[in-house]
Amino acid sequence: MSPIDAYLQRGVAVRAAVAVALLVVAIFVLPAMSGSDWITTYTSVAIYSVVALGFGILYGRVGLISLGQVALLTIGCWIGTRLAYATSLPFPFLLLLAGAITCAIGVLVGLPALRLSGLYLALITLMFAGATTVVLSVTDFPSGNHGFTGHATTGALTTSTPPVRRPSMAVGDTAYYRYTVIVCAILFLIALIHVATKPGRAWATIRESEPAAIAAGVNITLYKLWAFALASFVTGVAGCLLAAQVGVPRAITFQTQDSLTLAATALIGGIFSIWGAIIAGVFNQLLPFLFQAQWGLNPNFLLIIFGAGLLQVLLTAPGGLVDQFPKDMANLGRLLFSGFRKLPRERRPQK
Amino acid sequence: MIEVSNLTVRFAGVTPIDDVSVVFPGGTCGLIGPNGAGKTTFFNVLSGFVRPATGNITAFGENLLKMADYRRARWGLRRTFQTEMAVEQLSIFDNVAMIHEHSGAKRATRRDDVLRAIEFVGLRANPSSKVGRLGARERRLVEVARAVVGKPRMVLLDEPAAGLPEEETGHLAEVIQRIPEHIGALVILVDHDMALVSACCETTAVLDFGKLIASGPTAEVLRNEHVIRAYLGTEEL
Repeated sequence: MSPIDAYLQRGVAVRAAVAVALLVVAIFVLPAMSGSDWITTYTSVAIYSVVALGFGILYGRVGLISLGQVALLTIGCWIGTRLAYATSLPFPFLLLLAGAITCAIGVLVGLPALRLSGLYLALITLMFAGATTVVLSVTDFPSGNHGFTGHATTGALTTSTPPVRRPSMAVGDTAYYRYTVIVCAILFLIALIHVATKPGRAWATIRESEPAAIAAGVNITLYKLWAFALASFVTGVAGCLLAAQVGVPRAITFQTQDSLTLAATALIGGIFSIWGAIIAGVFNQLLPFLFQAQWGLNPNFLLIIFGAGLLQVLLTAPGGLVDQFPKDMANLGRLLFSGFRKLPRERRPQK
Repeated sequence: MIEVSNLTVRFAGVTPIDDVSVVFPGGTCGLIGPNGAGKTTFFNVLSGFVRPATGNITAFGENLLKMADYRRARWGLRRTFQTEMAVEQLSIFDNVAMIHEHSGAKRATRRDDVLRAIEFVGLRANPSSKVGRLGARERRLVEVARAVVGKPRMVLLDEPAAGLPEEETGHLAEVIQRIPEHIGALVILVDHDMALVSACCETTAVLDFGKLIASGPTAEVLRNEHVIRAYLGTEEL
């Protein structure tokens, strides 16, 4: 076996083993030791990890900064909600349809990225997020009742608004959490395959230099839109998962600034690694839950913590926590180890 | 063979290439000139990044200027840039494979072609190591490997020896010299290192302020009075 094959097989095997171990813990261990409010939070962590994954694909892989990812999640959520009210399609189809429609919208949002990058693209995508918030509050999202555009006659969001249905095999919170984790794992796998193969290499080249990518024969229009399509698809599916998790989604829960918080947590987690997205999900959803429900603190303080964390990451650890934490641990280990080794020598009596 | 006829490039008031007609017959051809002579602009025209005001370029009987920029790689055009463009996050293998998969080469031979290109440039590092961990010389060799993988017809090397210490350009010169014979591509080499140009190139063209001032066999061109004056200036000044 050539060295490269050996490396590839070893790398893939190690990563697959870690991923499977994490999945086992997430599906079997976590629900067994947590209460129901924790389990709904874990579901949100999984969903927002996927949103961070989308951000990471765009920014970490291709170098396109999009501040509209939570808006795409909202759109996926809205489409999922309306499709659930309007049709009797099985849940996996709702997921796919929500993903596909969000994907089409995401590609449209990505069109300016063919011309713009950096700050301008960030601004335009942020405007898009703002526009989404406005449209949803004006149209009284989700406005209850049946049909795709159904409006409740007695005013929106009464207690009689039926919740978005969950898959029949996963109606309970714990079962739905497991269902969500598995769907999210599949989305992560799709992203991993992209990153490790032809599109991933093309994206890395575009990120390095667009002229070099063109000279290398990369159709940069195609690959940039492909990145937007993939990021929007996974985010749309995550939105549909969110719709069924909360049952009756409300416009007020989706704010424009959520896209900014998501970008911050994604950067803190690490945008160059797929694993960073999971850390981002934890920061984005688990920490507010801990602050509010467990410690009785105002979760708005988190914005300050995220700000400080972001500053620290941008200045000292551009790879994010996922890159920095193992290094810090290795340094700590080395420090401790050398401390232990030095100690007896220093205590040795001098002759 | 590449025939350039009456090529002119204008950028708002500046004419970086002014009515240049030159023939690159084959093998390794040098393209030299002082800073700002129009060498990189010429490469950018060949790559499709710059649209000339007038002129024609016929490469192996085909009109190069009619092709979309990203399609030229598929046609067989490869280039390196003055600044390093090897992708640091990717492995050596992926860096080279990336060119292979976008240049229309067959998927079945990808692994062998890529490893052969890496071997051709004499890179001894493990193909799976990340380019970001390599030294300057090895990163340059990765770029040359990217330029020779697949079936290139024309390889443009823009100052491949820039930033390398003198003792390390020897190996690079040897690799460049072998490209026409082993890879079957025409090479155009832009460099300020005259030792490298004389070692590699049978023919050389000289640009100065966008005009062609000499072309022909390298040794003759380097003795040419105009060329010496363009490089060293005149005594009267």
